Amino acid sequence: MNKILSNKKVICLFLFPTLLLTAVIIVIPIFISGYYSLLDWDGIGKGIFIGLDNYKELIKDGRFLNSIKNSLLFAAFSLFLQIPFSLLLAIIVANVKKGEKFYRTAYFIPVIISTVVIGQLWQKIYNGDYGLLNSLLGIAGLDNLQQDWLGQEKTALICSFIPILWQYVGYHMLIMYAGVKSLSTEIYEAARIDGASNTQIAFRITIPLLKPILKVCVTFSLIGALKVFDLIYVLTNGGPFFSTEVPSIYMYTTIFDSFNYGYGSAISIFIILECLVFTMLLNLFFRGKEV
Amino acid sequence: MRKKNWKSGILHIFLLAFAVVQIYPLFWLLTFSLKDNVEIFGGNIAGLPHKWKIENYENAIGEAKVLSYFFNSVLVTGLTIIIVIIFSATAAYAIQRMIWKGRQAVMKIILLGLMIPIHAALLPLFMILKSLHLLNSYFALIIPYTAFGLPMAVYIIASFLASIPRELEEAAAIDGCGTIRIFGSVIFPLVKPALATVAIFTYISSWNELMFAVTFVSKQQYKTLTVGIMSMVGAYTTKWGQIGAGLVIATIPTIIIYLLLSDQVQKSLVEGAVKG
Repeated sequence: MNKILSNKKVICLFLFPTLLLTAVIIVIPIFISGYYSLLDWDGIGKGIFIGLDNYKELIKDGRFLNSIKNSLLFAAFSLFLQIPFSLLLAIIVANVKKGEKFYRTAYFIPVIISTVVIGQLWQKIYNGDYGLLNSLLGIAGLDNLQQDWLGQEKTALICSFIPILWQYVGYHMLIMYAGVKSLSTEIYEAARIDGASNTQIAFRITIPLLKPILKVCVTFSLIGALKVFDLIYVLTNGGPFFSTEVPSIYMYTTIFDSFNYGYGSAISIFIILECLVFTMLLNLFFRGKEV
Repeated sequence: MRKKNWKSGILHIFLLAFAVVQIYPLFWLLTFSLKDNVEIFGGNIAGLPHKWKIENYENAIGEAKVLSYFFNSVLVTGLTIIIVIIFSATAAYAIQRMIWKGRQAVMKIILLGLMIPIHAALLPLFMILKSLHLLNSYFALIIPYTAFGLPMAVYIIASFLASIPRELEEAAAIDGCGTIRIFGSVIFPLVKPALATVAIFTYISSWNELMFAVTFVSKQQYKTLTVGIMSMVGAYTTKWGQIGAGLVIATIPTIIIYLLLSDQVQKSLVEGAVKG
């Protein structure tokens, strides 16, 4: 048996495709990006090695800092609105007697739909002239609130967050719901015998026990917010006047519209580092809480 | 008791209201995909279509070539799923079950792939594909989708394998099966539940992927639904009905899969998230 399982040829054959693809498509490109980020390069000729100049320029680049500010603001919305709201939904749905499956299924539908479809759909909802939102406001008699939601700087940023929050509430809710359902029912019965109210049970028992799951959701939503690209690309592509620009959009336009390959790569390296740092911070935060 | 009913009634109203918030926009998409511009721009935005305009769908398919995008998406996603399953199942077996030094280290390296945002690989991949003359081909998407799908898939299948008892493999070995036979006829059928999870996860991410698709494919012939719809929107800005029809066509397969397998889909995506 052991002889069969240590057949070197088979091990190589089984591992080779996965290792090759992971190396060539994921690992090596990261290093190439790192190298590109040290170049002044338009993608056509040969790049000129300029050391860390791109990074030095980045920290002074107002447009870049603004894009970070936008993504952090979005991360804050995700953490402080989306996660608590999903948790509330998860706890309620896990405890209602009827319709559990219907609610789960309904809330989850937006998650599986393509961001392109979601983006196009919301663009039409927000449309200043014929959009659904303005039309509903009109029906409600709130004509003075009608506006071009994505077309003006003061509303565009918030309006581009909403569809993303909307799309993923169901995902977080479902992950937390699965967590709530996996807790043993005995502990609830014991709490009820001791006379605990529903709110007390939620705050004293359910939420503390859900900590590992909450960590998953918080990481998922924070890192997701820092990387966000698709929906902003479809909805506003960073406009008007960069008011909805996030780092990944800035990276994309720098590379593929301005052909500034070196500078764009520096932004992409920044995004990886930012995600790694926040992942480590979250690990520390949740570890600290467990002690 | 009456007080309790009253309370649960309020909760249900809240939950139903939120279900409307989640579903109504999609329902609205369906309604405007069946309206003509006279209705949409003439005041009937929110309501049901007065006259069902099936032509929107005919135009989306005929003029805007949505069917060809659809076919490309099916091909790219289908092949990606098949390749991910074969590669990840074999790799997971080699790592989880076979005996050799460095298994843990290799697993860790593969899992690192889960933490890497695809942004970082975008430009280098673009250059690599360009130098291999693979831009504007099905492989320009299948190869990266497969690579980025593998880490999660290996992880899901490896954790599933850990729960399978070794007796079956031992019995097959006594019967004289070699490693590949054992994998193919004993293990592969047993890990089917994990393969379903992997297939659903891979479907959702490849069918909906946008960044690689808009960057690596610009020829009409190879566009998948996500890129195709972006260019269709650019070309028919004012034809809402037709755009809506394209969006509906792009979404229908996902909705059908979801309605048929909603529990499995939910389970798979939760599992993927929790393990990732």
